[in-house]
Amino acid sequence: MAEPTPGTPLVELIDVHKGFGPVSVLKGVSLTVYPGKVTALVGDNGAGKSTLIKGLAGVQPYDSGQVLVDGRRVDLHGPREAAALGIEVVYQDLALCDNLDIVQNMFLGREETSWGTFDEGRMEREASETLRSLSVRTVKSVRQKVSSLSGGQRQTVAIARSVLKKARLVILDEPTAALGVAQTEQVLALVRRLAEQGVGVLLISHNLADVFAVADDIAVLYLGQMVAQIPAADTDRDDVVAYITGSKSPEGEAA
Amino acid sequence: MSATPTPESTSAEPGGRVERSVTESTGIVPTATDLIASGVEGSVRDQARGYLQRVRNGDMGALPAIAGFVVLFVLFSLLSPYFLTERNFANLLTQAATLVTLGMALTFVILLGEIDLSAGVTAGVTMAIFVVLADPGTFALPWPLALAAALLAGVAIGTFIGFFVSRVGIPSFVVTLGLFLGFQGLQLIIIGDGGLYRIQIPEILAIQNGTMPVWAGWVLLGLVLVVSLLSSLLDRRRRARAGVPNRTIALMWIRLAAIAVVGGIIVAVLSVNRGGAFAAIEGVPIVVPFVLAILFLGTFVLDRTKYGRWLYAIGGNAEAARRSGIKVVNIRWIAFVICSTLAVMAGLFSASKVGSVDAAFGRDIVLSGVAAAVVGGVSLFGGRGRLAHAAVGALVISVITNGLGLLNLPGGVNYLVTGGVLILAATVDAVSRLRAGGSLMRT
Repeated sequence: MAEPTPGTPLVELIDVHKGFGPVSVLKGVSLTVYPGKVTALVGDNGAGKSTLIKGLAGVQPYDSGQVLVDGRRVDLHGPREAAALGIEVVYQDLALCDNLDIVQNMFLGREETSWGTFDEGRMEREASETLRSLSVRTVKSVRQKVSSLSGGQRQTVAIARSVLKKARLVILDEPTAALGVAQTEQVLALVRRLAEQGVGVLLISHNLADVFAVADDIAVLYLGQMVAQIPAADTDRDDVVAYITGSKSPEGEAA
Repeated sequence: MSATPTPESTSAEPGGRVERSVTESTGIVPTATDLIASGVEGSVRDQARGYLQRVRNGDMGALPAIAGFVVLFVLFSLLSPYFLTERNFANLLTQAATLVTLGMALTFVILLGEIDLSAGVTAGVTMAIFVVLADPGTFALPWPLALAAALLAGVAIGTFIGFFVSRVGIPSFVVTLGLFLGFQGLQLIIIGDGGLYRIQIPEILAIQNGTMPVWAGWVLLGLVLVVSLLSSLLDRRRRARAGVPNRTIALMWIRLAAIAVVGGIIVAVLSVNRGGAFAAIEGVPIVVPFVLAILFLGTFVLDRTKYGRWLYAIGGNAEAARRSGIKVVNIRWIAFVICSTLAVMAGLFSASKVGSVDAAFGRDIVLSGVAAAVVGGVSLFGGRGRLAHAAVGALVISVITNGLGLLNLPGGVNYLVTGGVLILAATVDAVSRLRAGGSLMRT
């Protein structure tokens, strides 16, 4: 089991820039994500969080800057390249198909086949095992249609989908935004479990309570710049809010 | 579904992970209790209960259409002495063949939440090309060549529609409405004003007017049973090898028995001489194996290949499909090509039945095709429905046409009843969508 060794970042962004026409959204952002750790990415609306993760996901490549995975420089030009590197994104508006069942959703776009036709048994087994490995107990049947699932269950399926193929970095975009208290609890426990399995987790959230509940590191974006990346243990809520709102200025680049 | 899932215990629980690596290294296939249920467990009774539950939750499939078919069938049998005759039964099948094929063609695009209003005129134009090329008075090409040209034209039309819908991003309704209008003109130009080409090719006429030998009908039924049996057994073996439970095997036998009984009755009825005293007409119409082949092949693609799964995924949530790395543009594009090509086959069956092609050929049929799919339970919202549903829907609409025709009612009644059935079916679709937890709005 790959025990996380602190000091070797899983993914490192160095001075990435991204603009849309005249609007510069990311103005030289650097970020480090370690395996087995939850790094929270916070920032106000328009700070560039979505743009940052879209670049990592290969959906909207960065204009300039470096992306290092395991210390090696990589090019991310498409979702498939990102996926090949073990980078998976769970989007806020859960990218699930209501009309398909859990197994079909988890394997969407990467179905197991033999002789050109589906190997349903194998997919069902892997899906089931992945959900079990995340200690998911709320799903009655893996052949349920996603339309019949609750919000928390959907989020669970989306996260399970992301780790199905041995993801190394899972990016969660506001995973608890639409959930109730119990379901939020459930999803946060799942996030911790991901990290315990050695996966690097990048968690985007507006909810600082959630952030402090699960994050090891907190990175704050303010108007396209990374104003801080600090261990959660070394900071507090007021501090982070000050960074988010810009009332506290960056004291040197990310700690 | 219970709306209040129990919160998970937050205690660290690496158990699942350990289990997994153990099974991987030792190769021991764990018992089913290690896995989350998949809804295939239990006896026939459990399965039946599960099915009823799904139906109650709005997943009705073709059930309303099948019920409608049975009701109409009984109704017309009582109302008309001609309805329940061997001759009319064969006639019903050949009348339905065109609509079944067109309904299946349209299902491919309807599953995407798209529409092809030009499927009918595509059949018209390509058949016009076919008859003009094959006619002894004009080009006099051998008919297989002319047919190949017609099919190619279908592929070209589908490619054209697909380009504008999928690449350029014009709503399919608009693109195909444009073609619906334009192709009527094209057809008029090809055929000539008021022109009509009689089809004199025996092979083409035989598709709808000829019958297979009686034994071949039974062989066909046997083939259907064998294919069903083999695919079921293969599925079961794969699932067993993966260590996941199978449905109780009794269900498979029940299904096969149902096919055998229904198919047996149909073949038996068609094997009775329904001709006059001079010429015996008996056996399954030749068009039946063609339609069955399209049904089987199409269902295979939709159920068991990536293309089919991705088609459903795009119909359900195109953005999710895109983010999963599916090339949405290409899948959409190909669906229109399949639709137009199958529309050519529908046109061929219709031309064979009618025996001629004129400038209005195929103009009116497309909406009946859409109606067939919707009546059968294919959702216009996309993502839900099967080819067999469209086929059942087409049978319902055909039985209306056929039965009302026998009752000597004015032609207008036919349209009124068909329209009413369509609206009823669309309502059932919308309501079942609501019960399934979706919204009435397209998402």
